Amino acid sequence: MSPASGIVELRDVAKKFGAGPPVLTDFSLAARSGEFLSFIGPSGCGKSTLLRLIAGLTDVSAGELRVDGRTPEQAASELAFVFQEPTLLPWLDVASNVEVPLHLRGAARPARTAARDGALRLVGLTGREAAYPRQLSGGQKMRVSLARALVLAPKILLLDEPFGALDEMTRERLQEELLTIRAQQGWTAFFVTHSVAEAVFLSDRIFVMSPQPGRLSAEIAVPLPQPRTAETRLSRRYQDLVVAVTRQLRSSPPP
Amino acid sequence: MMRKNAPSFLMFFLAGAVLLAGWSTVHHRLPEHLQFLLPAPGAVWAAAGREASVLARATFNTVEGALLGFGLAIGFGGVAALVLSLSPLVRAGLSPYLMMLQLTPIPVLAPVLVLWAGPGLPSVILITFLVCFFPLVVNTTQGLISTDRQHVELFRMWRASRWQELWRLRVPAALPYFFTGLRIAAILAPIGAVIGDFSAGSSAGDGGGLGFRALIYSGNAMYPELFAVVALTGGLGFAAMGVVVLLSKLALGRWHDSYAHPDG
Repeated sequence: MSPASGIVELRDVAKKFGAGPPVLTDFSLAARSGEFLSFIGPSGCGKSTLLRLIAGLTDVSAGELRVDGRTPEQAASELAFVFQEPTLLPWLDVASNVEVPLHLRGAARPARTAARDGALRLVGLTGREAAYPRQLSGGQKMRVSLARALVLAPKILLLDEPFGALDEMTRERLQEELLTIRAQQGWTAFFVTHSVAEAVFLSDRIFVMSPQPGRLSAEIAVPLPQPRTAETRLSRRYQDLVVAVTRQLRSSPPP
Repeated sequence: MMRKNAPSFLMFFLAGAVLLAGWSTVHHRLPEHLQFLLPAPGAVWAAAGREASVLARATFNTVEGALLGFGLAIGFGGVAALVLSLSPLVRAGLSPYLMMLQLTPIPVLAPVLVLWAGPGLPSVILITFLVCFFPLVVNTTQGLISTDRQHVELFRMWRASRWQELWRLRVPAALPYFFTGLRIAAILAPIGAVIGDFSAGSSAGDGGGLGFRALIYSGNAMYPELFAVVALTGGLGFAAMGVVVLLSKLALGRWHDSYAHPDG
């Protein structure tokens, strides 16, 4: 496996915490640049751990993990993480929240302002710069959280059930917008979700995982054409794929 | 804003008036030889007038001691909280001593402090400092170590230095806790200054503070004057609390949930 073959590569990766059973075993995959990958499976299948490994928040116990040809620590500036909770800093307004990562890097004010304006435009929040998180709806908070991730112009976006806490309408709208933004920016996405429909709508490939120990149980390609819109959800091919992935998820060996 | 607060102000003054009227009634119902137990509001007012310059001086001394002790407690308390937030080991090692200091009754400790710091203002400051220090340290430390885990992880991913993590994340996140401590300390500061005065005021060359006045008046059976001191001390505590509530609102009002309007 040469370093150039995938932007994120895992080979035989395993992760254990302490003396307990592994939360992830024999995990191998290679993500091509610009791909949208979803990870779906029951709780405890290690999908969140997978994102944390790629993010460099925790180290692999065995195997090899390369991000952009380097270790996750070395590639930190290419990565951005979006949690299920918006995790905004409540004492800062929207503009300052989006600028935090730039501030920490020591970016000058004009550069910060330009990047922040661009990111807020992408998520459709121009004009809400002065609002505080407490004044925003759940969907708006998630948009700010996305803008804060995008402001770094990452090559790889790690999303851990980012829309899980939102209502269905907001969720579908944000899914569509996420794909629009990706079409403009071309980052690679690792998206963890519990929703089959969400995984099918967003992904190029879906990885079905099973628990105890967490591992890959199936890989399903999603050959739906781009751009995907609200109409896509009504198409026969989309619905067939949802059924196929659901079957695959159910047939995964029980813990 | 004003219109919203008007009913509560009205209620406040109404309750005060009812309280004064009730007090006055009790005073006049008491047999004459017991009326000294509860001097009439008018008599207290008159006594305060007679003693105005003495009371003003004593109030100034008490406020000075309370403010300086309070200020020192904020400064040293902040630094101590930063040190304690460094690691669980540091906390485990130092907390028992902090507890011991807090659990020693101040009236017992006060004579020792007077012995060390000398009479008058220095002792009052030191005793106020000790009374205010504990709630500030405990609350601020709790705030500094209660930072949201995911926020910390984000800062790690952004390669923030420890210094950036402290000033841009841990300190602002600890502000609501700090203000809880500040509120308690503000209530305790005038009390500390008055207790300090009991021990240190008599030996001071500047007439002492309100605590010392209370000792003098009760010793000389000047009960209306004593009640005037009680009212002044209570008023000081109220004012201190008010200032801190205002500061807290200025610092947290725009973002903290405790100030959220019920309908968003």
